[in-house]
Amino acid sequence: MSVDAATVRRIARLSRIELPEADVPVMQGEINAILGFVEQLGEVNVDGVEPMTSVTPMALKMREDVVTDGEKAALVTANAPQSEDNYFLVPKVVE
Amino acid sequence: MSLDIRSAPSKYWIKGAKSDWEIIIGMEIHAQVNSNAKLFSGSSTEFGGEPNAHVSFVDAAMPGMLPVINKECVAQAVRTGLGLKAKINRRSRFDRKNYFYPDLPQGYQISQFAEPIVGEGEVTVDVPGEAEPITVRIERLHLEQDAGKSIHDQDPLNSFVDLNRAGVALMEIVSKPDLRSAEEAQAYVTKLRTILRYLGTCDGDMEKGNLRADVNVSVREPGKPFGTRCEIKNVNSIRFIGQAIEVEARRQIGILEDGGKIDQETRLYDPGKRETRSMRSKEEAHDYRYFPDPDLLPLVLPEGFVEDLEQHLPELPDEKKARFIADYGLSAYDASVLVQERDSADYFEAVAKGRDGKIAANWVINELFGRLNKDGKTIETTPVSAAQLGGIIDLIGKNVISGKIAKDLFEIVFTEGGDPAEIVEKRGMKQVTDTGAIEKVVDEIIAANPDKVQQAKEKPTLLGWFVGQVMKASGGKANPGAVNELLKSKLGIE
Repeated sequence: MSVDAATVRRIARLSRIELPEADVPVMQGEINAILGFVEQLGEVNVDGVEPMTSVTPMALKMREDVVTDGEKAALVTANAPQSEDNYFLVPKVVE
Repeated sequence: MSLDIRSAPSKYWIKGAKSDWEIIIGMEIHAQVNSNAKLFSGSSTEFGGEPNAHVSFVDAAMPGMLPVINKECVAQAVRTGLGLKAKINRRSRFDRKNYFYPDLPQGYQISQFAEPIVGEGEVTVDVPGEAEPITVRIERLHLEQDAGKSIHDQDPLNSFVDLNRAGVALMEIVSKPDLRSAEEAQAYVTKLRTILRYLGTCDGDMEKGNLRADVNVSVREPGKPFGTRCEIKNVNSIRFIGQAIEVEARRQIGILEDGGKIDQETRLYDPGKRETRSMRSKEEAHDYRYFPDPDLLPLVLPEGFVEDLEQHLPELPDEKKARFIADYGLSAYDASVLVQERDSADYFEAVAKGRDGKIAANWVINELFGRLNKDGKTIETTPVSAAQLGGIIDLIGKNVISGKIAKDLFEIVFTEGGDPAEIVEKRGMKQVTDTGAIEKVVDEIIAANPDKVQQAKEKPTLLGWFVGQVMKASGGKANPGAVNELLKSKLGIE
């Protein structure tokens, strides 16, 4: 498995990461090296092994349905580059 | 017959210039889970609130914060699955659905893609005007997070983001493409809403956005394979669902009949302009890059979890309807009207207890519902209690008042309140069953109208006019049965 330059541009765009055109071949090489490394896993025989989502043989812990958090809008927005009346402000987005 | 090839009755087909067309619809319903706290955090799900008041660091996706699942949200999803007669998956899993939007602080929505908590089920739907109910297959139900809210009209340069809704649990209920008309789609959403409200798993409040639908629409010539579908996002009322389907189907038929082809895409319905329009250009086409959420282990339901919930499931609308038909002798139509809301069904049962079920149903459906509707009230805010309505029905049963007076009495109880028997007593509304008194009135009417008496001998239907006159003269209090009998014998009508 390997990626071409178009796929690299597409991944960058989906991830909202600005990638100068000159960096595309560099990134393509790095991604393909990573893919090649991971592909070694293909050599392991996994016949009869169920797909795993987690390496720990544990199930999800559940929490009771009780309100224990919130009511700290000022703290939640404290690190926002821009906020007003406890709203986050972001550059205008309209569909 | 396979449901894939089921055709709608031809009256639902749309006549194009070249052929008839049939609409194929599948739905994704997003239902907000009834819970106190959010799906993966301890902040409140309460509607409204000051901006960002119901937000924890988990909801705001601060670095290092980890999600912990709310047990009640899991239980609500399982209850809903049971109500949809669906397969409950003891083991399910959460995935990340990646996309960028300012009201999605994580940059992904935690959802269930490959292994949902609920699998295939079905819903039986009564379609208005159709004798036979239809079966709509459910493909899956999964749990996911809601997003926050962006406000765009506060400032020329900025959008305001409020995360109060971010992280609230949603159930996405996906149907197979088993619906064939706007009417069927509306009936399906109505039924699903009823089931959710019975179960108490979602309040179904569409105005607050607690139940919203994505509608997949395609068209085909009847009996032919399915066409390419378009998805209409976020339709938030049952009326708009119907309109959006009609409008979108006609748009697609127009394209196909002009020799064009349908692009599979996401569209929005604009109720003001009555049109659907494309939501995103193709280069922005979403690629969600789902992958298992590494912050969450698989969700495994403990032993007995499902069984326990199943045992405490309330009676569901279909069962209740069947019981109303069997126990109270109601028509299928009346029964389905009464079971649509659990409160209505409970109210009816309180009225019907120890009384004639059909009469109780008539009063609840025709008088009470009609009157509530007129005042914009609902069964929850009814000024007439079940005991009061039962009292009115008892007074008719005991021949204390006539059916006509009963309607006046109902109006008094509705607007002023009070005990029906007392009102009848105080206001002299009792019907006159004393034949002597009625006879006196009858004689007066006959004496005053000799010409009509003559006509009545040839035209017995004039009896009705005489009955009306006598009732009027008695202030509606004469017993109609006695009046009829007396008039018949005096006028010589058989």
